[in-house]
Amino acid sequence: MSTSHASPRETTEGTVYTVTGGDWDEVVESAARTDDERIVVNMGPQHPSTHGVLRLILEIDGETVTEARCGIGYLHTGIEKNLEYRTWTQGTTFVTRMDYLTPFFNETAYCLAVEKLLGIEDQVPDRASIIRVLLMELNRLSSHLVCIATGGMELGATTIMIYGFRDRELILDIYELITGLRMNHAYIRPGGLAQDLPPGAVDQIREFVKKMRKNLPEYDKLATGNPIFKARMQDVGYLDLAGCMALGATGPILRSTGLPHDLRKAQPYCGYETYDFDIPTADTCDSYGRFLIRLEEMRQSLRIVEQCLDRLQPGPVMVEDKKIAWPAQLALGPDGLGNSLDHIKQIMGTSMEALIHHFKLVTEGFRVPPGQAYTAVESPKGELGVHVVSDGGTRPYRVHFRDPSFTNLQAMAAMCEGGQVADVIVAVASIDPVMGGVDR
Amino acid sequence: MSDANGKGAPGSEGANPEKDLSAQNLPGQRGQGGEEVRVQRGMFGANNGGDTSGYGGLVRSVRLPGPAARPYGGWFDEVADELEGALEEQDLLPANAIEKTVVDRGELTFHIEREHLVRVAKTLRDDPALRFELCTGVSGVHYPNDKGRELHAVYHLRSITHNRVIRLEVSAPDSDPHIPSLFEVYPTNDWHERETYDFFGIVFDGHPALTRIMMPDDWQGFPQRKDYPLGGIPVEYKGAQIPAPDQRRSYS
Repeated sequence: MSTSHASPRETTEGTVYTVTGGDWDEVVESAARTDDERIVVNMGPQHPSTHGVLRLILEIDGETVTEARCGIGYLHTGIEKNLEYRTWTQGTTFVTRMDYLTPFFNETAYCLAVEKLLGIEDQVPDRASIIRVLLMELNRLSSHLVCIATGGMELGATTIMIYGFRDRELILDIYELITGLRMNHAYIRPGGLAQDLPPGAVDQIREFVKKMRKNLPEYDKLATGNPIFKARMQDVGYLDLAGCMALGATGPILRSTGLPHDLRKAQPYCGYETYDFDIPTADTCDSYGRFLIRLEEMRQSLRIVEQCLDRLQPGPVMVEDKKIAWPAQLALGPDGLGNSLDHIKQIMGTSMEALIHHFKLVTEGFRVPPGQAYTAVESPKGELGVHVVSDGGTRPYRVHFRDPSFTNLQAMAAMCEGGQVADVIVAVASIDPVMGGVDR
Repeated sequence: MSDANGKGAPGSEGANPEKDLSAQNLPGQRGQGGEEVRVQRGMFGANNGGDTSGYGGLVRSVRLPGPAARPYGGWFDEVADELEGALEEQDLLPANAIEKTVVDRGELTFHIEREHLVRVAKTLRDDPALRFELCTGVSGVHYPNDKGRELHAVYHLRSITHNRVIRLEVSAPDSDPHIPSLFEVYPTNDWHERETYDFFGIVFDGHPALTRIMMPDDWQGFPQRKDYPLGGIPVEYKGAQIPAPDQRRSYS
């Protein structure tokens, strides 16, 4: 045997070469020896350029992709099924893990659906809605930063990757201060929030906005006018309006065709109609347009964050209905666990009814009247829809997430077929799929 | 009991928001309108005599919101009129295609007979007064006790032109789990229908390549059906055995 890493193997479908890196010359050489020009390349599911465990199956002719298909499901964790075995409140701890780069959008969409089923949308306190908007817009920033950072890295632009993750880190610090966690927060709950903002949060966010306003132009300087960057992005991953409509693509992909469709404006939720912001669009239908849109959306998000901070008034962050609201204003105890000491004092010391009530609410949960609801929020990737069915019990009967990554990823074939192999990476990066959301 | 007091003499003790017992604040009531999909017996999920709580005799019928009567309110009537008119133009009796119309929680749902689904969807997409351009996919729901209509496929259609959302619901019996595919009308349903097939076993006739999408190709069974177990193993925590999630006590 030779030392070749690309050992050919005969199958009924043709010769299969197993490639492990650094041996492309040998593969090309031995492929050239056969008279069949058609090569099927399997990329992933562990390739660093495929955004997690995405598997791309490309049929190539020379450098041209003739057919492209996705293999997904490698990160399927059965979250929708699991939700049927937890209470409505526990649900947030699961949905936050779906698209792990947009946890606050998952939580908000789910909670809005549960609140719609309960019929308590109007009772959610203003402060809770403002904090939801605040966190969602910070989340939009952190999601777009990862998209631009990893997208840059996949082009070989490692500086933009460092910049993106540097700025995202500032946002993760804010999350950690507010929710205690950098990811998987379960902070937004049916009826409001798990607890109020901690002291110092507003100041830290203001500090961040100031810093981010200074940092954002760096992306422009580094990438927007960069001829290499533009040459790699422009006219790559083309999908026009008709294609978007047919394939159900939403978010920056849809807005890159010039249609300013954004659910925050079209079907406002959480009071978005009262905020002042613009919907950026492009008319290039390509990856570069989507990059510009994401960059501009980050500026708009900063605007909304500032408006949220100006509006914050002291008040409750949970509905008043004690049948739904978990009595919690947690403080960090000496054991490192969060507890509400005043509340414990009340239920353990003075009111047995409150203790029973607390026990029932936490172990049994609340009941949700039978019926179904659909709510949608504009996540950084597009329309994040939640279809929730209740049978009147303390657990969801069925929860389905229409994740934008899942739907948008279908457009991969339309964007890539007929293009160059190298452009597949750019097109996929411009879709910004997150496999946690695709596979759920 | 407090129920009787709350209902009998509202306001006599002053408005107490915690005792707001108006119909919408109560869970599904027995003998009320709506569509019965299941009868719940007992509590805590115990049915082998292990439940000594006294709740074992509890019988609760689970009813989903039933058909609504005109007027539906808002733009709902306009959409319903346009749809019925457009179907009549195609020589299709609306009553044959639309099984019932449900208005609940500010949402409009058309229950469609499965053989007419594609025609209705095409009409909803193409009619200028309807123009539901965007389908947000399909969600399956399994009602094992709703005999003859066990499997439901739920579609949400969005009209960007008119800024509206409606829901289509189609049902199929477990013994004949076929629903026509909407792939021709809404190509975005390609993966969504594969997902619903994968998890619920609904066969979408006319789909170009209906294969599993999340589960491995050789997987047996349809994981999100209600009779498919969640699985899991008991876990020890601080000396106590915590049963697997689907073995734990349930209250609904």
